[in-house]
Amino acid sequence: MSEKEADQGKRQFLVAATTVAGGVAAGAAAVPFVASMLPSERAKAAGAPVEVDLTALAPGERVTVEWQGKPVWVVRRTKEMLETIRANDANVADPKSQKKMQPAYAANEFRSIKDEFLVVVGICTHLGCSPVGKFAKQAEAFDPNWQGGFYCPCHGSLFDLAGRVYKNKPAPDNLVVPPYKFVSDTRIVIGEDSKGA
Amino acid sequence: MAATPKEPVNFTGAGPLNAPISGLLTWVDQRFPLMSLWRDHLSQYYAPKNFNFWYFFGSLAMLVLVIQIVTGIFLVMHYKPSAAEAFASVEYIMRDVPGGWFIRYMHSTGASAFFIVVYLHMFRGLLYGSYRQPRELIWIFGMLIYLSLMAEAFFGYLLPWGQMSFWGAQVIINLFDALPLIGPDLSTWIRGDFVISDATLNRFFAFHVIALPLVLLGLVAAHIMALHEVGSNNPDGIEIKKHKDAQGHPLDGIPFHPYYTVKDLVGVVVFLFLFFLVVFFMPEMGGYFLEYNNFIPADSLKTPPHIAPVWYFTPYYSILRAITEEFMLVLAIGVAAYAILIWLTARDQRVKFAALVIGFVVIVLMKGGPLALEAKVWGVVMMGAATLIFFLMPWLDRSPVKSIRYKGSLVKSALTIFVITFLVLGYYGTQTVTPAGTLISQIGTLIYFAFFLLMPWYSVMDKTKPEPDRVTM
Repeated sequence: MSEKEADQGKRQFLVAATTVAGGVAAGAAAVPFVASMLPSERAKAAGAPVEVDLTALAPGERVTVEWQGKPVWVVRRTKEMLETIRANDANVADPKSQKKMQPAYAANEFRSIKDEFLVVVGICTHLGCSPVGKFAKQAEAFDPNWQGGFYCPCHGSLFDLAGRVYKNKPAPDNLVVPPYKFVSDTRIVIGEDSKGA
Repeated sequence: MAATPKEPVNFTGAGPLNAPISGLLTWVDQRFPLMSLWRDHLSQYYAPKNFNFWYFFGSLAMLVLVIQIVTGIFLVMHYKPSAAEAFASVEYIMRDVPGGWFIRYMHSTGASAFFIVVYLHMFRGLLYGSYRQPRELIWIFGMLIYLSLMAEAFFGYLLPWGQMSFWGAQVIINLFDALPLIGPDLSTWIRGDFVISDATLNRFFAFHVIALPLVLLGLVAAHIMALHEVGSNNPDGIEIKKHKDAQGHPLDGIPFHPYYTVKDLVGVVVFLFLFFLVVFFMPEMGGYFLEYNNFIPADSLKTPPHIAPVWYFTPYYSILRAITEEFMLVLAIGVAAYAILIWLTARDQRVKFAALVIGFVVIVLMKGGPLALEAKVWGVVMMGAATLIFFLMPWLDRSPVKSIRYKGSLVKSALTIFVITFLVLGYYGTQTVTPAGTLISQIGTLIYFAFFLLMPWYSVMDKTKPEPDRVTM
């Protein structure tokens, strides 16, 4: 061993430099591990558009289809149902669909391309449960003046027949309208816009 | 460097093998600190002699941990962590694997038993002030164990891939979605997909069987090392180290082994009796230990009509559901009142101003029009705060005495009301939403936080009795 006294300044510099270099290396090494938990290429590739035939869908009925692993509802609304939506503006939080929960072509009174057909992702905007369809206009335990719509069993959020969320409920936003287009009068494709429409 | 040879170990059991055993122990002890570990943690760890019923639950928690690890290892031998096969493999364990049902019911009952034991263990801490100086770190390690246990239970609950597994995970992961800016990306990263899928199941399996068990074991070791460093508290909340005999042992202490090992064995027998009563005769416990909807395979298109988390999460779940847009005003008023209370009573000027500034920022984030965060975000924040606030106990309690035995009626009533509130919140967390249930949960939420946040005031105002000098039996 050398008899010379240790150079404290040099020693401190080396300790600091080693710590910084080691910290940077450890941080960089964490990147591939964190990245490995992101959706894989296969998961990203899944979720192709789905085509639905609506000829068999009776007025007042709903059909559920799977798109990107999520339930998408198509409801064929009757005249009376559309009337209740029109009369319901005072009860809902975003009656004019001002928040971007839908493509521009569905940001209208009934949140749809054709008034008759409601197309929404059936996932509550609160914590992701799938609400239950309660289409009948009758007194319910959760609302004595129920106008018909969707009830989320998890945390009690309510949506009307245009997927608009009721005020003072846990869910902050209207149900999401996915991109969709009509390829004929009775066939829609969910997951694709008609460009330029 | 030459090791100093240790004293030969003198094994003093009965029988002709004494000499060879002593020889073997000496050989080991000269290479590994066997005898000193044994002495420090068992034969010469002096614990107060006045432990009562509430002191069984620490060792019982260790027992349940062992049950969970052993049964878990054997379940993994048959379970398939894939969305296509998971549900069927659990049914395969239940029907076709010899003794599989028994191992699985031990594991599922063990999960609930773990929380029962841990909640009682934590309640003991609240009763006797076991979190107080110098045991703050024991309490913090304990709280970290509790949080890891909640994570462990949550990850494990997805594995059977039933309806409740799926939708429970959906709700909890979507909590992260609420966070501003990073929320949606964070929840996608946790899921590893845009929806709960095979990728999610696989990573939850990894967390459940390897990552969190390792964390838990490390924290349990830290919890016990910290405990044995400062010594156990006791029902009188006084330090037994104040009075020592000529050898330096506490006069009111007795060696953990054999006294408490034998006593704890009695607790173990009674516990196992009750445990196996559940395992054999009521493993579903009326839908509370194993929820009925979880016997239906996961269906990503249909939420069960009534979903609730397993019972041990329900108090926090109630708090989450209690935070609605209209309740935000009440919360904001509560924050304002609390900031004013600190302003009026704090002596330090910096504390006063910090209270006002933080209070103002929180109120703006709650009710400040365009700057306010959604009620959904606050629900998540309040639920998180409800679990994390326990960490502050050592600093919130300003009572001159530790044990409930010498505290006054104010603290006793506060603790009683808190326990009732916790149970009521737990009950409403299992029920569907009704206006009355929401109102009760909102009141419960306010009481829950008041118990902690007002403690620095009421624990000082409380009329305490003098502590004894020596422990009482």
